[in-house]
Amino acid sequence: MKTGARILIESLQREGVNTIFGYPGGSVLPIYDELYDSSIQHILVRHEQAAVHAADGFARASGKTGVCLATSGPGACNLVTGLATAYMDSIPIVAITGQVPTSMLGNDAFQESDITGITIPVTKHNYLVKDVSEISRVVKEAFYIAGTGRKGPVLIDLPKDVNTSQLSAPEEEPGPVVLRGYQPTYRGHARQIEKAIGLLREAERPVIYAGGGVIESEASCELLELAERFGLPVTTTLMGIGAIPCDHPLNLGMLGMHGTEYANYAITECDLLLAIGVRFDDRVTGRIETFAPHAKVIHIDIDPAEIGKNKPVTIPIVGDAKGVLRDMLHLLEKRESNSAWLARIRTWKEKHPLKYRDDGLLHPQFVIQELSSLLDGNGIVVSEVGQNQMWTAQYFCFRQPRTWLTSGGLGTMGYGLPAAMGAQVACPEKTVFDIAGDGSIQMNIQEFGTIAQYDIPVKVAILNNMYLGMVRQWQELFYDRRYSYTELPSIEFVKIAEAYGIRGMRVDSAADVRPALEAAIAHDGPFVLDFRIEREENVFPMVPAGAAINEMIGGHQQ
Amino acid sequence: MKTHTLSVLVENKAGVLSRVAGLFSRRGFNIESLAVGTCEEPNSSRITIVVIGDDAHLEQVKKQLNKLIDIIKVSDITYHDHVARELALIKVNAEAGSTRAEIMQIASIFRAKIIDVGTRTIVLEVTGNTDKIDALEKLLRQYGIKELVRTGRVAILRGAKTVASEK
Repeated sequence: MKTGARILIESLQREGVNTIFGYPGGSVLPIYDELYDSSIQHILVRHEQAAVHAADGFARASGKTGVCLATSGPGACNLVTGLATAYMDSIPIVAITGQVPTSMLGNDAFQESDITGITIPVTKHNYLVKDVSEISRVVKEAFYIAGTGRKGPVLIDLPKDVNTSQLSAPEEEPGPVVLRGYQPTYRGHARQIEKAIGLLREAERPVIYAGGGVIESEASCELLELAERFGLPVTTTLMGIGAIPCDHPLNLGMLGMHGTEYANYAITECDLLLAIGVRFDDRVTGRIETFAPHAKVIHIDIDPAEIGKNKPVTIPIVGDAKGVLRDMLHLLEKRESNSAWLARIRTWKEKHPLKYRDDGLLHPQFVIQELSSLLDGNGIVVSEVGQNQMWTAQYFCFRQPRTWLTSGGLGTMGYGLPAAMGAQVACPEKTVFDIAGDGSIQMNIQEFGTIAQYDIPVKVAILNNMYLGMVRQWQELFYDRRYSYTELPSIEFVKIAEAYGIRGMRVDSAADVRPALEAAIAHDGPFVLDFRIEREENVFPMVPAGAAINEMIGGHQQ
Repeated sequence: MKTHTLSVLVENKAGVLSRVAGLFSRRGFNIESLAVGTCEEPNSSRITIVVIGDDAHLEQVKKQLNKLIDIIKVSDITYHDHVARELALIKVNAEAGSTRAEIMQIASIFRAKIIDVGTRTIVLEVTGNTDKIDALEKLLRQYGIKELVRTGRVAILRGAKTVASEK
């Protein structure tokens, strides 16, 4: 007879799980005891938040579902930020938590928390398993829910006695998943697709606005083909970066608050917006009434609730981006040339490129450009949150989907290092960089311990300006330079790295950037770079909150 | 702004109500009333939700409800022929004498049942649409309502049409 913990491990193996990021504790001891002899690799993080971010990075880099494990109470609660991060960005994760024995549920027992109650708003679904006979079915359902439709995190809460009790009858493999209330629509409605094609044929100034949904549905090839065959310029959201190669002539880069001038101008002037796997986030649209004000909107999304949520839509298409784009490619053979429009965009691109001062000082944008040229489209880049994230989105040249991982929706500081760790475990052959700020890196800096222990060769590039840079930037622009609690002391990150047994290097001048990056890449193990960048560098262009996206600070004014 | 009546078929499982109620509160949707009970299928429950909002708001409410895994079907029956009722229990001051007779008269006009009589109080049971219960409540207030309990609205389509999961 098998125990619940044994059934759990076997169920995970049936789902193809080979890595779990976790942290042990009293309630999960039965699971850890089973893990001890199992073929599943367990990585002991230093904080549960890192376990869920690592599972998230693993999922984003590999396209598989990431798995993390934490104990009851504080362990489970520490997962919340990571679950919310994954939920906002639609990343498939299965999180397993321990729980006090069922007999003590609701008693305020030691290390008890109502984690299913706590995580309802930040998970796609969650389970409290009350009987050992449910485990295998619940695990199967959880992976199914996490990885289908609009993907997202699912939590399974397992009371300790459920893990230790034995199944009275021999366990059977669970049958096919049947969920009456969950039937995602994958195929786009044929009539709607035809109508969309009609609009595409007529459009004179079309723009594609592509997001994370394109990456998650593996629709990059279809997107590129559609864009190329019909001469459609493409702008991507922060989450959509990598869906089209950065240096493709039709790529307009990122749009929105820190988007390129040409992307934002194109959106403002377009007469047709083809929105694919996006949710019209406020950081993208600015003031919603002025977003694509002249455009008819076609919106393709697998989640019907996103369509029309923020912006009225002319043609809604509920379905999987890949399938819908394929159907569109079958139907649309030819469209009128829009060369005047493309020429206009080219002029904007030439006149208003992304730029920063070229004065030989150590600018963060330069660090990112140098890294970009060294990696040459290979490798995986993860960011923390803030200026480091926006500079990377602007200046790093991404050529492939799943090579850029960032906390888009929730904007979670401390995401980068653990996510990079997860990505590196998923893709051991690739060079993985975490681009960090000195503020963000300190939110999960304890994970230096994990990357050292398991020799996970993540490279960390800290853009150190001794500020919480993005908040300082807002204070500079909107609060009369009153830097209220955003200045950080100078920290010797190399010494911290060394204390954990990781090599590091401090870089103070522009001339040393390239050799330092080369040394980090060449090093066979984790490496920490501390770049002492210009302190008051800003991210430009910038759309102030609540403005129209063609009203950018630090850009050319139209 | 319009009052909408949603009939929602859900899995009969622990925690479903808290998922539904939580969704309303965190998305800033206002619930006017909510009534739950088991239904004709043993594994399901039916929730009747009355919610106020414009069309776009209602569209979001329905779509967000539909995203919950345990929700099987969401139907807005506002514009379909339906009957809606709620039940109220009203405990009203009723000293022996003329007030008591008056209250009993009012009860009979409203077809309310008297289900308890004490030395100083009467408990009335009334079912009907919201307006009727509101009217009765207003009338009884002059005698002094000691306690009032309302179930919230339940609703069902007229005729052969049903709000059931497609099978």
